[in-house]
Amino acid sequence: MSDLVLPAERVMAEPGELGRFGEHGGRFVPESLVPACARLEEGFREAWSDPSFHRDLERLLTVYAGRPTALTPAWRLSAELGITVLLKREDLAHTGSHKINNVLGQALLARRMGKTRLLAETGAGQHGVATATAGALLGLGVTVYMGEKDIERQALNVFRMKMLGAEVVPVTSGSRTLKDATSEAMRAWVTCLDEAHYCLGSVMGPHPYPWMVREFQRVIGDEARRQSAAELSTGIPDYVVACVGGGSNAAGTFAGFADTGARLIGVEAAGGAAVASGRTGVLHGFRSYLLQDENGQVSEAHSIAPGLDYPGVGPEHAYLNDIGRARYVTVSDEEVVPAVHRLARTEGILPALESAHAIAWVIRAAESGELPPFSTVLVTLSGRGDKDVATLMEAPAPTGAPAPTGAPVPTGAPVPTGAPAPMEAPALKEAPALKEEQ
Amino acid sequence: MKGLVPYLTGGIRPDWTRYLREYERNGATAIEIGLPFSDPILDGPTIQEASDRALRAGASVATILAEVAATKMTIPLIAMTYYNLVVHRGPELFCRELADAGITGLIVPDLPIDEAGALAAAAEKHGVDLTLLAAPTTQPDRLAEIARRSRGFIYAISVMGTTGERDQIAESGIRLAGELRRLTDKPVLLAFGISRPEHAAAAAGVCDGVVVGAALMRRILDGGTPEELGAVLGGFRRALDSVAV
Repeated sequence: MSDLVLPAERVMAEPGELGRFGEHGGRFVPESLVPACARLEEGFREAWSDPSFHRDLERLLTVYAGRPTALTPAWRLSAELGITVLLKREDLAHTGSHKINNVLGQALLARRMGKTRLLAETGAGQHGVATATAGALLGLGVTVYMGEKDIERQALNVFRMKMLGAEVVPVTSGSRTLKDATSEAMRAWVTCLDEAHYCLGSVMGPHPYPWMVREFQRVIGDEARRQSAAELSTGIPDYVVACVGGGSNAAGTFAGFADTGARLIGVEAAGGAAVASGRTGVLHGFRSYLLQDENGQVSEAHSIAPGLDYPGVGPEHAYLNDIGRARYVTVSDEEVVPAVHRLARTEGILPALESAHAIAWVIRAAESGELPPFSTVLVTLSGRGDKDVATLMEAPAPTGAPAPTGAPVPTGAPVPTGAPAPMEAPALKEAPALKEEQ
Repeated sequence: MKGLVPYLTGGIRPDWTRYLREYERNGATAIEIGLPFSDPILDGPTIQEASDRALRAGASVATILAEVAATKMTIPLIAMTYYNLVVHRGPELFCRELADAGITGLIVPDLPIDEAGALAAAAEKHGVDLTLLAAPTTQPDRLAEIARRSRGFIYAISVMGTTGERDQIAESGIRLAGELRRLTDKPVLLAFGISRPEHAAAAAGVCDGVVVGAALMRRILDGGTPEELGAVLGGFRRALDSVAV
C-alpha cells in the first residue's frame, strides 16, 4: 500500500492564514466575528509554539483525562472476522469520549487569553459534558446550547452538565438539533466576545477551529501510532477507521497516520453523510460538503447517533476525500445497533452509537471480503455507550444475536482458543496469533 | 433626503410584494429583500421566524425573484441573503438572476471581505452593487478597506449582536457611523436595532440613512397588512425628514 504514502507536509498540514484545505475551509462569518477569529488564531499560534502550553496540556491530559488511552486488541471479534482489530479506547478518557482532549486544549487557551466563560454547542451531549468538566476544573463559567430534540434524547448528559455547573440553553429553532444549537452558540458569541471563548466541538467552524481542533485531537493518532508499532509486526495498521460527524475523532486519528501507507476510512451515518451525499456549501463559518435541498437550504441530518446528526463535515475531511487520501463510507442505523450488541458481547465494551458506525463498517467490510483476510485494522472507539442505553432499549434487538451465555462464536469462524484474557492474548507482534489459528 | 431602507423577508405571505409597493409609496428610498435561508446566523428571533415561515410556505430564490420581476418598482431593490444560497447557484448565475429580476444591490452578512473576491467580481459584471458590512469591532485599517471595496453604500452594524428591536441606538453604532463617514464619501447606512421613528431621527445626525428590519417584520408576523406597514414606515420617513441636516 505504499502507493498511498504522501509527504507529511502536504497532508494534514497547517492550513495557512486563510485556513484553506484545498477549496474547503475559510472564514465565512459576520464581520463582527472576524476580529475574534483573528485573535483566536493568533492566540492559538502563540500557545502552540510555546513549550509551557504543551507541558500544561500534556500534564492535564495525563493526570486528569487519563491519557494515554489503551489500544485494545479486540480478540474475539478479530477471531470471528478473520482480521486483526485494534481498538483505540477514547471511551476510557475522562468524561467518556475523545471530546475531552479538544476541550482541555481550548479551555487552557481561553484562560491564557483572559476569557472567563466558555460557550459550547452540543448534540449527543458529550462535548457539552466535556466543556462543563473543563470549565469546572479551570474555574470558567460554561453555557451550553443544545437542541430541544437532543435534550430529550440525552437527558442523562443534560443532567451531568448541570451537575458540573453548566447552564444548558434549549434551542427551539429549526430542526432543534446540533445544527441549530451551533447557530445559536455563534449568535450568542457575538454578544460577549470580550469575556467568552466559543469552545467549538469538532473540526468545523471558521478558521482556525478546524485546524486547532485537529491539533488538539492529534494526540489520538500519535498515541495510536506508537501503540500500533508496539502491537503489530507490520508496525502500521493496514486500515485506520473512525466515525465522522463533524469529524474530530477521525481527524485526530488520521493525523497520526497521514504520512503512512495506512488506508484511512471515515464512516458517516447514512442519514448525515455530507461527503457521500452533500455538495459544496457554506454553513457555520466554513466551506465544505453540506447536505442541502434543491434550493440550497440546509437539510436536516438523521441518525440514531445524535453526534453524527450534523449536515456538514469538517473541511479537511472534504479535502482528504477530494485528493483520495481518505475514503468515506456510510453505515445505516440498522447496521449500527447490531454492531453495538456484537462488540458488547465479544469484547465487553459498550460503544457509543457514533463509534459503533466505525465498528459496523469493519464488520460489514470483513464479512463481505472487502477487508482482505488477515488485514490489520485500527478503529477509534470515540466514546462509550452509556449515554445511548435508553435509545438502545427502544431499538429492536438484532436478530440472531448470540445468547448471553454459551459459545458465542459462529461455526466456521476462526476460534480463539483459550480464554481471550489479556494475559493470554495473542502476541500480535510475533504472529499475529490470530492468523495462526486460521 | 436621508435614506430609509425597510427590510422585508421575501415570500413571507402570498401577497408579500404588496408591502414593496406600500413601502415605496411611504418614503422608502430603497428596499432590502431577504432571500430566506434555513440557518440565518446573524439574525435574531424575529427574522429567524420570518425566514422559517417563508420557507415553510415554499419560498425559494427562484420564486421570490420571479415575483420581484413581475413587480415593477422604481426605487432600488437590494437582496440580502446568506452565502450558501450564492454558492449553491454559483456567484455568476446568482448575480445574473438578481439583475434579471431588477435587483441592483446585494448584502451577504456571512461573507467578510477576505472571502468576497469571487462574488464581488460576478456582481460587478452584472451591475449589482455588493454592499459590505462594517461592525463596531472592525479595526481602522480594515474599516478603510471595507469602505473602499463596498459598492452602493456601507452597511454599518450598530451593535455586537443579532438583528432585533432595541430600546435605543447603541453608542457603538454612532461611533462606527462617525468613523466611516470620516473615511469615505459613500453613503453610510446604520442598521440593527432601529426600532422607532425617534431612533431614525437620532441616527440621522451621524449617518446617511437607516435600515429598519425587525421592527417591521414583527408587525408583519403579527398580521399587519401592507397598508398598516406602509403607515408605520411613513412615521420613520417623517422622523427622518424632521431632522434638519
